[in-house]
Amino acid sequence: MSYFIELLLGGLTRGSIYALIALGYTMVYGIIELINFAHGEIYMIGAFTGLIAASVLTMMGLEGPAVLVLACVLAVVYAAAYGVTVEKIAYQPLRKAPRLSPLISAIGMSIFLQNYVLLAQTSDFLPFPSLIPEFAFLAPVSHLIGSGEVVIILTTAVAMVALTLLVKYTKVGKAMRATAQDKTMAMLVGINVNRVISATFVIGSSLAALGGVLIASHVGQINFFIGFIAGIKAFTAAVLGGIGSIPGAVLGAMVLGLTESFATGYVSSDYEDVFAFALLVLILIFRPAGLLGRTKAQKV
Amino acid sequence: MRELKQSTLAALWFMFLTFPLMVIRVNTVEETVEWRWGNLIAVGVGAFFLSAVWRAAHARQKRGARVGGDLAERLWESVADPRFRWASLAVAGIIALGFPLVFSAYQVSIMTTALIYVVLGLGLNIVVGLAGLLDLGYVAFYAVGAYSYALLSHHFALGFWTLLPVAMGLAALFGVLLGFPVLRLRGDYLAIVTLGFGEIIRLILENWNEFSFGPSGIANIPRPGFFGIDLTLAQATTYLYYLMIALVLGTIFVVNRLQDSRLGRSWVALREDEIACQAMGIDRAKTKLAAFALGATWAGMVGVIFAAKTTFINPASFTFMESALILSIVVLGGMGSILGVILAALVLILLPEYLREAQEYRMILFGATLVLMMVFRPQGLIANARRRYRAPAKDGA
Amino acid sequence: MKVTRIIRWPLVVGAAAALCITGCSKKEEAPAPAETPKAVEAPKPPIKLGVAGPHTGDLASYGLPTVKAAELVVQAVNAKGGVLGRQIVLLVEDEECKPEKATNVAQKLVSEKADVVLGHICSGATKAALGIYKDAKVVTMSPSATNPPLTQSGEYPNFYRTIASDDAQAKLAVDFALDKLALKKIAVIHDKGDYGKGFAEFAKLFLEQSGGKGEVVLFEGITPGAVDYSAIVQKIKQAGAEAVIYGGYHPEASKIVTGMKKKAMKAAFIGPDGVKDDTFIKVAKEFAEGVYATGPMDTSKIPLTQEAEAAHKAAYGSDPGAFYLNAYAAALALVNAIEKAGSTDYAALETALRSEWVETPLGKISFDARGDAIGVGFAMYQVQQGAYVEVPAQ
Repeated sequence: MSYFIELLLGGLTRGSIYALIALGYTMVYGIIELINFAHGEIYMIGAFTGLIAASVLTMMGLEGPAVLVLACVLAVVYAAAYGVTVEKIAYQPLRKAPRLSPLISAIGMSIFLQNYVLLAQTSDFLPFPSLIPEFAFLAPVSHLIGSGEVVIILTTAVAMVALTLLVKYTKVGKAMRATAQDKTMAMLVGINVNRVISATFVIGSSLAALGGVLIASHVGQINFFIGFIAGIKAFTAAVLGGIGSIPGAVLGAMVLGLTESFATGYVSSDYEDVFAFALLVLILIFRPAGLLGRTKAQKV
Repeated sequence: MRELKQSTLAALWFMFLTFPLMVIRVNTVEETVEWRWGNLIAVGVGAFFLSAVWRAAHARQKRGARVGGDLAERLWESVADPRFRWASLAVAGIIALGFPLVFSAYQVSIMTTALIYVVLGLGLNIVVGLAGLLDLGYVAFYAVGAYSYALLSHHFALGFWTLLPVAMGLAALFGVLLGFPVLRLRGDYLAIVTLGFGEIIRLILENWNEFSFGPSGIANIPRPGFFGIDLTLAQATTYLYYLMIALVLGTIFVVNRLQDSRLGRSWVALREDEIACQAMGIDRAKTKLAAFALGATWAGMVGVIFAAKTTFINPASFTFMESALILSIVVLGGMGSILGVILAALVLILLPEYLREAQEYRMILFGATLVLMMVFRPQGLIANARRRYRAPAKDGA
Repeated sequence: MKVTRIIRWPLVVGAAAALCITGCSKKEEAPAPAETPKAVEAPKPPIKLGVAGPHTGDLASYGLPTVKAAELVVQAVNAKGGVLGRQIVLLVEDEECKPEKATNVAQKLVSEKADVVLGHICSGATKAALGIYKDAKVVTMSPSATNPPLTQSGEYPNFYRTIASDDAQAKLAVDFALDKLALKKIAVIHDKGDYGKGFAEFAKLFLEQSGGKGEVVLFEGITPGAVDYSAIVQKIKQAGAEAVIYGGYHPEASKIVTGMKKKAMKAAFIGPDGVKDDTFIKVAKEFAEGVYATGPMDTSKIPLTQEAEAAHKAAYGSDPGAFYLNAYAAALALVNAIEKAGSTDYAALETALRSEWVETPLGKISFDARGDAIGVGFAMYQVQQGAYVEVPAQ
C-alpha cells in the first residue's frame, strides 16, 4: 500500500511540474492558437537566469529564503521580457499568415534560443543550488515527500486558482477571453489586441520561469537542453486536458504524471513514454477535444 | 531622428535582455563569476544596426514589395512559362547529372542526403500540404522504411531491390494504422497524436532489443547492388546519387499526377472544408487514410535509401527534431508547391552543411533563418497558386 | 520588356551555376598540393588531423572537450616546430552524434584528405563513420566510444581507442558488487542509450553467469532528461535491491542517487565512467557520498596529466570536461605514431601504433591488435568527503 502511495505522490509531483509549464502553453494557445514551441526554452532561460541571480546573490553574501525569492523575481522578469520579445519578433508579424507559418517560426525560435544559451553560457550540466529550505514539519514524512515537492505542488495549485480568477474576473482576463473568441470583434470594442497578447506572453513566461527555478532547484541541475523535453511533455499535457483550458492543463498534466509514475511502478519504465502517449491517443479517440476541452459546434 | 531613437531603444532593450546570459557567466562548480562586458557592447551595437535593418525590411514589406519575392517569383514565372520550361529543365538536368563528375564524394554524399529530404518533403506535402493534416510524427515512417530494409536484409539476406517495395508497403500499412485512430481528430489534437506515434515507434525500436537491436543499432547494412558488381565507396556514393535522382523524378511525377487526380482534388477539398466535402459525397475516412498511406509510402522508400547510404542505423536518427525539420521543409517551401519543397529541402539540408565553416554558430544561424524566412515570406518560398477557374471573358459585356 | 525580364533569370542562374562550378572545382584543387611533396623550396605541407564529434545539440558537452584537447596538443606540437617538420592543422567537424551526419562528416574528412582522425565520440556515430574511414584507409582513434564490437568484431582494423570497452567496466562493477561488497540482489538500471544500455546488458550478463552469487532483481531503462525519477527509485526500493548498477551518464545518475538518499535507501550505487565526473559530486552534493563509479586508473599523479589540465585551465579558465584526458592521450598517441612512422602512411602508422609506447596523461600506452589501448586500466572509485577516491582492489 505504501508503495502505491509513494508512486501516487511521485506522480503528483511530476504532474505539478508539467502543469506549471503547461499553463503557459495553454494560455498562449487559447489566445492565438499557436503551439509555442519556444515555451520550453523560456522555461530554460528562466531557470538559467535564476541560477545566475542566485549565484551572484549568494556571493554577495545573501542567504536563506531571500535568495530564492530574489532569484525567482529576476527569473520571472527576464523570462517575461524574453517571452514578449519572442512574440514581437517571431509571431506578431505572422498574425495573418497561413496557420503553419508561426509554428515553423516557433520551432526556429526554439532552436535559436537553445543555441544562444549554449554559446553564451556552457554546454555542460550546471549544478543548481537547492534554494528551497527543508521544512521541519515535514520531517516525520520525509521518506514520502520532501519540501521541494510540497512547494511545487502548492505553487501549481495557487497558480491555477490565480489564473482562473484572473481570466474570469479581471479586466485583462475579460479582454483575453474576448480576444480569444474573436480578434476583430475585440478590436472593434476597443481592446488593444496586441497588448492583450503581450500580457498573455508575460503571464505564461512568468509561470514558466517560476517553474524553471523551482524545478531546477528541486532537481539540482540544468543545461541548455532541459526546455525541450519539458516543453514536449507540457504540450502533451495541455492537449490531453483540452488545449486552451486552464484547469484542463493542470488535469492533463496530473493524468500524464500519474500515468508515467504508475506505468514505471507497475509495468516498466522502459515503456513509460509509450504508455503516456498511448493514453493520450485513447483519450483523444473518445474525447477528441481533450478532457475538459469544449467541442465546438460545427457550423455548416 | 525617429529612426535613431528607435534603434537606440532597441539596443538598450537587447542589452538589458541579454545581460544575465551574455555578460555574467557563473561557474557553480568553482563558485566564481566572470563578467564579460565586451559582449554587452557587442550586443548593443549589433541590436542598434539590426533593428534598423529589421524596420526597413518591414517597411518594405508593408509597401507591398515582398522581401526576396522578386527572385523566387520570377524564377517560378520563368519556369512556369512554357517557352522557358524546357530550357530551365535542361539546365537543371545538366547540373543534376553532371554534379558527381565535378564535385567530390563528400559533396555528392550531402547532395544525396538533400535529395532524400526532397522526397520526404514531397511525401509529407501530401499529408500536410494537400490534405491539411498536420503530422508531427512523419519520421516514424522513415524509420519503418529504414528498419524494414536493415532487419529483413540482416535476417533473410534479401536484396535492396526486393526490399524497396516491401518497405514502401510496410510504411503505407503503418500510415493506415496511424490513420485509423486519428480520423476524428483535427488540427493540433492530430498534431500531438502524430507526435506521440512517432515517439512510440522510436521508443519501441530503442527498447525492444530482440527485435531491433536496441540503441546500439544495426551496422553493416549492405549498399544497393549494381548488377552484382562490387563498387568502391566513391562509386557507391555516385550510384546512390543517381538512384536518388531517379527516385526524386519518379516522386515528382507521381505527386504531380496525384495532385490533379480525383483523389488529389478531394484532399484539397477536405483541407478546405470537411463538412462541405462530406456533403459532396466524398468518403472522408477513405480519403484521409489514403493521404496517410501515400504520404508514408515515400518516407518508407527513402528510409531504405537512408539505411543503404549510411550502412548503419539506430533509433537516434529518428527523433522528433527530424519530423520538425521535414515539416519546416514543407512550410518553408510553400505548402503544396512541389518546386518550393525541392528548393526548401536543398536550402535547409545544405545550409547547415555549408555553414560548417561557421562551426558552433551554424545551428543558431539555422534557427534564425527559419524565423526570418517565416517572418518575411510566411507563404513560403514559392506560394502555391490556388487553382482558379477563370470565366471566359465575355465580349461586349 | 517582359520577355527580356523573364529571360534574364535562367541566364543568371546558368551563369551562377557555371561560376560556382569553376569556383568550387578550384577550391577542390587547392588542397591537392598536399600530396605532392616539394620539400626543397616550399614549406612542407601540413598534417591534417580530423576531429569529429558532437559540438552542438544535447550531447555537445561530450564532444567539445575533445576539440579543446586536440587544439592544445596541436598548439604545443606546432610551437615546437610540428611533427617531421610539418605543422598540424585541425579539421574540426560537428556531427551531433547522429549516424547520418557522421557519415557525411567522414566523407568530408576523407575528401579533404585528413591524414588521421580523432573521433568520433558516440559509439553509434563512430560505427556509422568507420566504414568510410576503413575504405579510405584512415586511422581513426576515439577517446570515448566504448561499444565492445568496435574493436572485438575485428571489422574495423583502422580503429583505435584510448578508453576501455563497456564489458571491461561492467565486469569490474559486477565483481566489485559481488565479491568486495558481498551483495546479492542487484538492480540494473540504464538510460536506454547506446553506451548506458550496452554497459547494463553486460552487467546483467555477468550477473547471470555468476553462478547464483548475484541476482538481477530489476532490469530497466529510464528516460534520459525526464524531470524526476521518483517512480523508478520507488521500484528499486520495492524490488529490495542491495545495490544498483547504473549504465549511463552523470546527470541522470545524480537525480537517481539524490532520490534514493532522500528516501533513506541504503543500497549501494555503482556507475560506469560516465558517472565518474566531478560534476556529479557537485550536482548531487552530500548525496554523492559513498557512490561507486568505475573510471580510468588514477593518473592525477602523472606530470603529463597535471600539465594537460593546467593547459586547459590556462587556455579556457575552467576545468576540462568529459573524455578530455582520453582525447589528450589519443592526440598524443597519434602524433607520436606519425613521428615514429616517419610518414602518414596507413601501414606505417598501424605498425607504429601497435609497437610504440607513448607517455600520455593516461599512463604509458600502446595498442593491441584489435585497437584497444594497453595500459589503460579501470579502477573502482568511491566518493569520500566530496572527492572520488580509488578503492583498493583487494
